[in-house]
Amino acid sequence: MPSEFVRGLQCRLCGKEYPLEALNFCTEDFGPLEVEYNYDAIGKALSRAKIETRPPTMWRYHELLPLDGEPTVGAQVGFTPLVRANRLAEALGVEKLWIKNDAVNFPTLSFKDRVVAVALSKARELGFKTVGCASTGNLANSVAANAAAAGLESYILIPADLERSKIVGTNIYGAKVIGVNGTYDQVNRLCTQIAFKYGWGFVNINLRPFYAEGSKTFGYEIAEQLGWRIPQHVVCPMAGGSLIGKIHKAFGELAKLGLVKDSPCKMYGAQATGCNPITDAVKNNREQHKPIRKPNTIAKSLAIGDPADGFFAAKLMRETGGWGEDVSDAEIIEAMILLGRTEGIFAETAGGVTVAVARKLLEQGRIPRDEEIVLCITGNGLKTQDAVAEALERPVVIEPNLAAFELLVEGAAAREPALV
Amino acid sequence: MSIRVHIPTPMRAHVDNQAVVEITGAATVQSALDNLGKKYPALQAKLFDGGKVRQYVNLYLNDEDVRYLDNLATPVKDGDELSIIPAVAGG
Repeated sequence: MPSEFVRGLQCRLCGKEYPLEALNFCTEDFGPLEVEYNYDAIGKALSRAKIETRPPTMWRYHELLPLDGEPTVGAQVGFTPLVRANRLAEALGVEKLWIKNDAVNFPTLSFKDRVVAVALSKARELGFKTVGCASTGNLANSVAANAAAAGLESYILIPADLERSKIVGTNIYGAKVIGVNGTYDQVNRLCTQIAFKYGWGFVNINLRPFYAEGSKTFGYEIAEQLGWRIPQHVVCPMAGGSLIGKIHKAFGELAKLGLVKDSPCKMYGAQATGCNPITDAVKNNREQHKPIRKPNTIAKSLAIGDPADGFFAAKLMRETGGWGEDVSDAEIIEAMILLGRTEGIFAETAGGVTVAVARKLLEQGRIPRDEEIVLCITGNGLKTQDAVAEALERPVVIEPNLAAFELLVEGAAAREPALV
Repeated sequence: MSIRVHIPTPMRAHVDNQAVVEITGAATVQSALDNLGKKYPALQAKLFDGGKVRQYVNLYLNDEDVRYLDNLATPVKDGDELSIIPAVAGG
């Protein structure tokens, strides 16, 4: 029994309509399919008061998500903290700064739990028993964990050179993990072939229209946690380029439903210079991004050389008056450390990308220093420890007596020997 | 000489439900697609828009993205595999 709130799928290019099925592209022009809603019905069903009485999870906005019934996967995902980041604000020289912190999303410490909760709940509604994904790591963790909890078989395909912690954090859940000798884009192409050949539910392939909608909850939460307002500036990391668009879509939907006052939000996309197809398109005023064959950055979770939503992400940044910028690996590490030391938040490399790009955009005058800025932190630093380990001082080692400690803090004790 | 063109599942209705179509007499990716289009005009319209390959169509020659080769001018030889893959995936 389809929900009265969801109309179906529709091609973003030609507008052709499709039923709610496992299909990610239009059979007329290969264009991306997107979920269409019945906003009149949703408007009647939803109010701020109603949302506020619901449990603090992403499902408090369930009318705006494309399920027929109740979620059966990831019931406790979302509603992560929106942190007022005063110490980072001071370091960056801005007045009003928040961090939306999906580094502590449940269960696998990245925003991907949101998209996977929707995709796998939908997979079950559509009758899939086997699910999978192409992943740069965070999605692998999330699909594996949520599939395990739901009793679904999962096939996870990743570039073989992924961070060890992301591989371990996938294997633990009993997923069938397959390392592919190639880039993410090659993994992705292979998964497209697998999903349709075997008829499995690949969350970011044939289930992608549903999957992508889960990212909207990141935006709903920002608006609600700000006190039902749309921020003036959002800086968001970009891999495939989907999240930035869905956050903006979420603000637009809340305004359309009268849940927030409609106000403009400038969207800024952040990438690593070693894989910057979308920011390159923005900065060089290219409508279509140029794919990058061999991404080279420590921000592996963002290393997608041929982003599916690159076109729409670049368009969005231009149309909202935002911008795109990219940063070096050294800047990423420095920003990860800055975030840790000012806010006590250990973000993964992608978080370093976001903070470093925000700083760069502020220095360029692209973002005004006296307006409201939200930074999107999408993954946890415990997953990418190797990236910063070398840059951090090693702990000092002392003998277990007070004299040794006193010598250390009161004298100019040499910091040797150090822990390895 | 012939090459094999792999058709994505949801598009196979336009090629008599074949997964793979044999194309002969093509020297480049462009001419292979032209020959495919002549054989199956319904597919032609979905692959091309005003003579250009549509934005969300990716082409792989023996598993290499043709954009990293010589795009549509990439030469093809006997036994090559050309895959048409929808670009809207991943991320």
